[in-house]
Amino acid sequence: MNIKTTLLAGAVAFAPVAGFAADLTIGFSQIGSESGWRAAETTVTKQQAEERGIDLKFADAQQKQENQIKAIRSFIAQGVDGILIAPVVATGWDEVLEEAKDADIPVVLMDRTVDAPDDLYLTAVTSDLVHEGNVAGQWLVDEVAGADCRVVELQGTTGSSPAIDRKTGFEQALEGHDNLEIVRSQTGDFTRSQGKVVMESFLKAEGGENICALYAHNDDMAVGAIQAIKEAGLKPGEDIKIVSIDAVPDAHLAIANGEMNATIELTPNMAGPALDAMEAYLADGTMPPKWIQTESKLYTAEDDNKAVYEMKKDLGY
Amino acid sequence: MMAGAVQGLLKRIMPQLVILAAALLLNFIVFPDFFHVDFRNGRLFGNIIDVLNRGAPTALLCIGMTLVIATRGIDLSVGAVMAIAGATAASLVVDGHGWFTALIGALATGAICGFWNGILVAVLRIQPIVATLVLMVAGRGVAQLITEGTILTFLNPGLIRLGAGTILGIPTAIVIWICLGAFVAFAVRRTALGMLIESIGINEASSRLAGINSRVLLVCVYLVSGLCAALAGVIVAADIKGADANNAGLWLELDAILAVVIGGNSLLGGRFSIVASLIGALIIQSVNSVILLSGMPPEFNLVIKAILILGILVIQSPKVSYIWYMLRASGPQPQPDRKTPRPHRATEEKTQ
Amino acid sequence: MTDDTAQIATPPGAQDAPMLRAIGISKFFPGTIALDDVALTLHRGEVHALLGENGAGKSTLIKCLTGAYKRDAGVIELEGVAITPTSTAESQHLGIGTVYQEVNLLPNLTVAENLYLGRQPMRGGLVSRRRMVAEARAVLADYGLDVDPGEPLTRYSVAVQQVVAIARAVEMSGKVLILDEPTASLDRDEVQLLFSVIRKLKARGLAIVFVTHFLDQVFEISDRATVLRNGRVVGTRLLNTVSQHDIVTLMLGRQLEAKVHDRQGGTAGEMLLEVADLGKRGMLEPFSLALHKGEVIGLAGLLGSGRTEMANLLFGAVPADGGTLRMHGKEIRVANPRDAVRHGFALCPEDRKTEGIVGDLSVRDNIVLALQARQGWMRPIPRAKVNEIAEHYVRTLDIRLASLDMPIRLLSGGNQQKALLARWLATSPDFLILDEPTRGIDVGAHAEIIALIETLRERGMSLLVASSEMEELVAYSTRVIVLRDRRQVAELTGAQITADNIVHAIADDPARGAA
Repeated sequence: MNIKTTLLAGAVAFAPVAGFAADLTIGFSQIGSESGWRAAETTVTKQQAEERGIDLKFADAQQKQENQIKAIRSFIAQGVDGILIAPVVATGWDEVLEEAKDADIPVVLMDRTVDAPDDLYLTAVTSDLVHEGNVAGQWLVDEVAGADCRVVELQGTTGSSPAIDRKTGFEQALEGHDNLEIVRSQTGDFTRSQGKVVMESFLKAEGGENICALYAHNDDMAVGAIQAIKEAGLKPGEDIKIVSIDAVPDAHLAIANGEMNATIELTPNMAGPALDAMEAYLADGTMPPKWIQTESKLYTAEDDNKAVYEMKKDLGY
Repeated sequence: MMAGAVQGLLKRIMPQLVILAAALLLNFIVFPDFFHVDFRNGRLFGNIIDVLNRGAPTALLCIGMTLVIATRGIDLSVGAVMAIAGATAASLVVDGHGWFTALIGALATGAICGFWNGILVAVLRIQPIVATLVLMVAGRGVAQLITEGTILTFLNPGLIRLGAGTILGIPTAIVIWICLGAFVAFAVRRTALGMLIESIGINEASSRLAGINSRVLLVCVYLVSGLCAALAGVIVAADIKGADANNAGLWLELDAILAVVIGGNSLLGGRFSIVASLIGALIIQSVNSVILLSGMPPEFNLVIKAILILGILVIQSPKVSYIWYMLRASGPQPQPDRKTPRPHRATEEKTQ
Repeated sequence: MTDDTAQIATPPGAQDAPMLRAIGISKFFPGTIALDDVALTLHRGEVHALLGENGAGKSTLIKCLTGAYKRDAGVIELEGVAITPTSTAESQHLGIGTVYQEVNLLPNLTVAENLYLGRQPMRGGLVSRRRMVAEARAVLADYGLDVDPGEPLTRYSVAVQQVVAIARAVEMSGKVLILDEPTASLDRDEVQLLFSVIRKLKARGLAIVFVTHFLDQVFEISDRATVLRNGRVVGTRLLNTVSQHDIVTLMLGRQLEAKVHDRQGGTAGEMLLEVADLGKRGMLEPFSLALHKGEVIGLAGLLGSGRTEMANLLFGAVPADGGTLRMHGKEIRVANPRDAVRHGFALCPEDRKTEGIVGDLSVRDNIVLALQARQGWMRPIPRAKVNEIAEHYVRTLDIRLASLDMPIRLLSGGNQQKALLARWLATSPDFLILDEPTRGIDVGAHAEIIALIETLRERGMSLLVASSEMEELVAYSTRVIVLRDRRQVAELTGAQITADNIVHAIADDPARGAA
């Protein structure tokens, strides 16, 4: 079966007109399944490949770069048409990317970039973390419309790049709006339970009635914080406005229930743009831009969150 | 007799009480409203309540951990067992079972994990740190298999009440850990278990020769540790209405061990005090509370925690206690001056 | 309180300044005065015995001299210069070397490495192994040892290890050598080997402190003896002017009752225990034994002859691989100590520290441990009952302690042994196994334990006592079983039981020749 597909794929590659993407074989080296989002990314990638009739070879690296490099080498050895990598770390890729280049196999990076010369890969499909924070901040600026607002912030894991960038983007959006002030900012480690614990302390330290909005670096922390706010006898989404990032199913549910106001989507669909670029390149050598930014879509109560929830809940979040 | 026991206990836990008081005082300094408690939304509400409530998982873990450490062992797997138990409870209610079934299922899972550890340690004689490392590493994977990698969210009100509910206005978690702690502490002292466990921890060879069934006792303490971890796991899952296999109880085994150590229990086994360990857990939570209330940037969290914990351990170190002892001893009561030798008593020197 | 001072003597030819002089040494521990104004003078070329019951302060004094403890008062002069070592390393450097009963060397390293650890001969920045081995060979030859210094230390007997430890101490320090119970685990020949080394060192002008419980050895090797009691010096004697009796009297502060004993004949009561073909490969050849009520069987034999093994097999501490036990005519199974305890067995093991006491537990808990273990954890012995039991045995066995709450490890060896006896007596055993019950304990406790064995026997208890002290065996045994090379070689009864006969039976081996 595999051999047959490979042979077919080879035949297609040699064919003078290779306009059809059908019968392509693509290798996908995934980091692992450390978070719900990651699991959803895997699911969506498989769905995307299926829709396009691509034979996707999936390799789970279990958080180890050596496993990823091994997987890529085996993809090369199998003579796949293209490789998708969600790199676990930024460095140490030059050698294996060289090998792929020598074998004329295009590589598309997903979700994260690497420190390697950019001629070694076709393109990188990532979200813009700073932009996500910016969208969240902009939403809040518009939402309060000039009224005074004391904001508390639940940061991601201290020192991680999403935490740094999402904080930066949010602060950029707030610049020049003196009615908005971040009064407390503490890490909730991207987890529900820490989000809840830290929100509890915010509520006590500031007094729940003095907090106008919560910005959480991810939905999990926001979901935890919602419970803390409820236990403090306040109404999340009304007494305290809540905006966070990721747009996981539970966030849509919370918005649908009126307990949360907005979330910015970190789309798990990195594979869509990645495979678009790959197919175009394989068909006629179209060079995509070196960086494809995914859309950071804002979801608010105006969207049909119930429907989105139903759609997303089986993606493996 | 009872009064004597209480007095002995007070003497034993005095250093921990003093440190706890100091930690709470520090909270009061950074946040003057710290001790303010009011009744809101049908529950007690205040920072001090948070300390008791948030300390629940560590407190529950350190009940079992104290017993395990008293036998000269250690249980690194408790954090992972929490994740497994939480996942079990969540998946049971998601499958439509009642909260009680879920709780029993989670406890049974914890008991199996503890039993596994106990067999490795007591029967196969694998060193506890290695034996429990197996489950520490593998356990989280097992939990992920149960939740299928997602945060398994549930809405069962009965189960949620275990973590986020209240009993007479007191958060359930507080009631659970205080009751369980008191029960186990009381049980080991009212039965002969405490003494037999200490005996094994101090000298297993002697204990065996004295006719103690050390194997069964060892399995039992790991089993208790697994049960405590399971209960902690259910509470943590109930608290956030979801089982987070990746993060539930992450690194909490280290906090539990630290609580036992701050409780003045030796990692080399032997004499133990569960009450002191529980106070140790509260001390750790008070330190966490200082960090949250201080409003310092999160980059300082770990540094502040490390400094405070280091300070606590230094104060408790044998060297410092010795200095305390000497300072106290040289205080009020007059000491005979023994600086100058008295040759008349040194009989031998006469003939020189 | 102190003896008259006229008897105090300096050794002949000791006019020159002493090697070491300690004056007014005091050491306090919480609640006790461990040393009170103690004085000790050591001359060059002298073997000075340090005597006293357990708990008299010998080890504390040694630790003060070596800097392991910080003394609270007093002066120590080494060759006329006041010193205050703060660690054993420092005192070693100053010239005071110590060798302990439990050889504190590293068994996995070679003999040479042990000898030179920390000060290996170097060549070009690297340890010169060849030179080290050669030098070690030369040094050890001085000590009368013909061993391969390149071999791991474990290859050699405790005696050889002991001598290596001495050599290391002497080579590093070279002025004062403290030997803390060096002969406790040596057999007769090994003791002689050690003594020849001590004599050589004495001739080299070292001042040697010899701590032991064996008075014969004290008189054989020592010039003077200083006796401690309750943390004070009660006298220093020139040994060629006094008798053993004098020294014992000094140590105890009272007269020892004469160790005479009229043995009841072999009149045994009803049969208690029948052992048939009990044994374990590589440990002890199968043996059979019939034990009656009110009988004391003595187990004689050299170290390693199988005495301890027999005790452990009977008690189930080591599972036997064959044989049967019948108690009161009924077959019983003893697969582990719990079974044994349930059937009314009790065992005071040879190694008190690692197999007997539970060091950090209180004396009280140690005493009730076996009884509690037999009752199970569900049925705790009530506190009042525990106190009653503990106090009863403290009183009847004369266990000396500050409080029942103190950890048992703080008791002296003799008192620990008594507490262990109490632990087992509290279970009212039918069959009590004592493995070297008098090893390493002071003279007073020694006599008391022997008297206790007698009393227990009269009350109808059956005992099995392993001991390497012939006189002792003669004193209490109704029968003596002699072991050699892990099997039973003789059984002596009635009038046959004499020290001579036992020694003869032990040594009656063609390979060994006459003892």
